[in-house]
This record gives sequence, structure tokens and C-alpha cells, in this order.
Amino acid sequence: MSARRQVTTTINGVRYQRTVETRLLLVDFLRHELQLTGTHVGCEHGVCGACTVLYDGLPVRSCLLFAPQAEGHEIVTVEGLAPPGDKLHPLQEAFAASHALQCGFCTPGILMTMAAFLAETPEPDEAAVREALSGNLCRCTGYQHIVDGVLLAARRMAEKQ
Amino acid sequence: MATVDRIAGSIDQALKSGDPRDGHTSAFHPAGRGRDLAEGSAMKPAPFDYHLPATIEEALDLKARLGGEARFLAGGQSLVPAMNFRLARPSALIDINGLMELAAIDEGSDGELRLGALVRHRDLERRPEVARRHPLLREAAAQVAHPPIRVRGTIGGNLAHAEPASELPSVMVALGARMRARSLNGERWIEAREFFTGALSTALRDDELLTEIAVPKLPPRTGTCFLEMARRRGDFALMGVAATITLDPRRRCIAARLVYCNADDRPFDAAAAAATLIGKRIAVATVDAAASAAARAMRPGGSIHASAAFQRHLATTLTRRAVLEADGRAVG
Repeated sequence: MSARRQVTTTINGVRYQRTVETRLLLVDFLRHELQLTGTHVGCEHGVCGACTVLYDGLPVRSCLLFAPQAEGHEIVTVEGLAPPGDKLHPLQEAFAASHALQCGFCTPGILMTMAAFLAETPEPDEAAVREALSGNLCRCTGYQHIVDGVLLAARRMAEKQ
Repeated sequence: MATVDRIAGSIDQALKSGDPRDGHTSAFHPAGRGRDLAEGSAMKPAPFDYHLPATIEEALDLKARLGGEARFLAGGQSLVPAMNFRLARPSALIDINGLMELAAIDEGSDGELRLGALVRHRDLERRPEVARRHPLLREAAAQVAHPPIRVRGTIGGNLAHAEPASELPSVMVALGARMRARSLNGERWIEAREFFTGALSTALRDDELLTEIAVPKLPPRTGTCFLEMARRRGDFALMGVAATITLDPRRRCIAARLVYCNADDRPFDAAAAAATLIGKRIAVATVDAAASAAARAMRPGGSIHASAAFQRHLATTLTRRAVLEADGRAVG
């Protein structure tokens, strides 16, 4: 007995239609059904932030949504962060320049969380970055280089405008 | 919120004792994962039927038919973690996220603030009418878990979940809010102080949906403050207090509420302690006496993170800071 449901959703600008079990978590839908494996599965209960994606433009835990809840909504994953072509998103470039990642497991969730944060807060101070980052766990960096990377990205994005 | 740590604790317990609710291999057990993956995809929660009602009436009809084994799904920031660990195994989910009439924030002509059950924590933090009418709500909501959790988590889900360490239940008791419960048989309003009946328990019946919260206008010269202490920002509070202080024109206290989270199995309203402030100007000595009285009266459970004695110590310190701050904010 497993309930199934058809899901039609837009992910990184591409429309997908699949029939899935209702209990399939959005993060597993992304990874196993669509092979979008950039979004990582960490704690599976909303603590670590590794699975964070944008849901109608706002950061959410994809381990705390079911695939049917994507119906009719727009989702952006880390694969959709960079503009088309060879260029990376300014956050990704700043993370590389600042050594803001080591093992990289937490990075996709942090990038999506920070992308939404910078869209709302283009000129953040360090305290605001730390608050915005508080729901994402990183066990490698000690966070300082992540904070540096976000502030660098914010400066570069402001200069471009 | 951040039910997650609480759930993690429950899981430790379940692993030690063998969870009676889940006799076989659990989703978080490696063997369970392997079996699920071998079937072709990674399932964690137990199977359920998913319903997406288009109207409140349809949602209420579904709940009346499906009963207590069915759960309403709002933000899912407490329910879904519990389902991922199979601590919760609802037979059906009734997803109310499409019921946009439940997402409204209205300022009544009588000064009452009416919050739909689907109002997100993020809205409580950011909407100007919330900040204007009830800065206490905004202050407390900003301390609920982390920003992405607040994007999704709802006020109705938070209150109906009735986690003893959660911020908003205590705030609602302090503000004298009322909860609107609807079912196919009609509706009723439940006072916040009667709504919370124990840990994870409310006065809601199986066929009822919490649809709205009405928060009355604050009297003039009322100051409010919410403070909590957690090991890490965003974790469940080890202790938290919602304080409201109303002054007369000569700045003598004429009304006071002190309501604590994680001090009992439901919001702890230290009415007797708060009453000792009445008729006095707020000063360190009077506040310390009230704080000590509140800390003595409460029944904190104690845990691996904080003993009951430490929780009482925190209550004393937080009360002093919160009442002095609320007194300073009581202007007009």
C-alpha cells in the first residue's frame, strides 16, 4: 500500500513531471528521481542545512518537504545558482577565493541560504552574516572563511551594480 | 521550535528502550536505509495518504472522516522530522498550505491582531503590523530556530504542536490570546491558558483545526520583553520568559505577566510572582523578589543540558533582565 501522486514542478527553470510515492522527501526526489545530486542529504531532520534549496525564492529544508509539495512551485538548487555558461555565481567565486569550503559537503546548502540572504540584504555586516548562517552546520572551516566569502561576494556584487 | 534536538533525544531513548511504536528496523537505522535504497529510492517516513484540500470545509471534512490518525500538515518543521524518524506515523496528511485565507494578518478595529494559522514565523518577524501591535511576538519569533526554518514554520503549527520549550505558546499566554478552533460542527474560541494541556497536547479535538489566533490590544504604557537562554542560538531554550508590564502615569506597575517556556509541561504562568510587582515602581529589589518567587514555583524537568536547579537560576536571571527591559519599554 503506497500512495502515489503525480508531481509537476519547475526546478532551475526546467519543468519536470513524475509520479512518486507521497512520502518521498523533496531532497530524495531531487537526487534520486532527477539526478540533481548537488543538493546534499545531511541530518534528515532540519538541523544541518545541507539540503537547503530555494522554494519560490526563499530558503527551505528540502528534507522537511514531501515531493508532492513541490507541485506548482519553483525550486532552485545549487545546480541552478550560476548563470548559464561557464561563469560561476559571485558567491561561488568568492567562496573559492576565500577558502570558504574544505570537504564541501555543507557548501550547496550554505550557498543557497546565502544567495537568498544577499538578495534581501545586499550590504550585510558580519553579525548579520553570522545570524543568517546560523542554521547551517560546517564541521571543517570554523565558519570564519565562510563569513569572509559571503562578505567578499557582497562587496563584489555591490561594485558590479 | 527546533524540535529536532528534542526529537533527537527521543530517538536516543527509543534506541535504548526499543521504541514500542516501531517494532522493526527504523528508517534511521543503516539496515533500514539499505533496504529502502535497494527498492530503488530513499524513503524515510512511513507511507501515508496525501490530501491537498482547496477549502477549509474540505480540510475539515477530511479530518472528520480520517480521524486522529490523520494529521494536518502546515509548515512541517516539527511533524516531518518526527515522521523521518518514524516517531510519528500518520495514516494521512491533510496539507493546508493551499488555504491562503489562513495566511492573513488583520488588524481589527478594536485593536485586536488576528493571525491566520498559516502565518509563518518569518512574517511575525517582518510584518510591520506585528511589530507595531505586538513587538513581543516579533521578538520571540526571531528566536525560533534558524532563518530557513522560520521561512516555513507556521504560528498555527507551532501552537498546535505544543512543545513545552517553544517560545510562542508562552507568548500567547502572556498576551492573553485566544485560539479559534473549527470543525464541521462549528467553531469555538479557546483561551491560550486553557489551550495547552500538557507536553505536545492541546485542547483541540481530533476533528478540529486551529485556524486563527486573536491577540488583544496591549493597554497603554505596556512594555514587553522575551528573553531565552539556549546552548547555541536557535536551539530549544533551556529557559525562556515572556514578560509584560503595564504602568500607571506615575510609573507604578498596575499589571504584570511572567510566563515561562521549558519551566513545566506547558507554558508556566507565574501569576502569584507577577502579582508581587503590582503597586510598585519597577526596581532591582522588587524584580529580584518576584523572579525568585517565580523560579521557586515552576517545575522545570531538568535534562542532560541543564539541571532543574540551573533552569531555575536561568529563570531568575532572565526574569530580572526581562522585567527591567519591559519597564523601560513601557512608554506613552
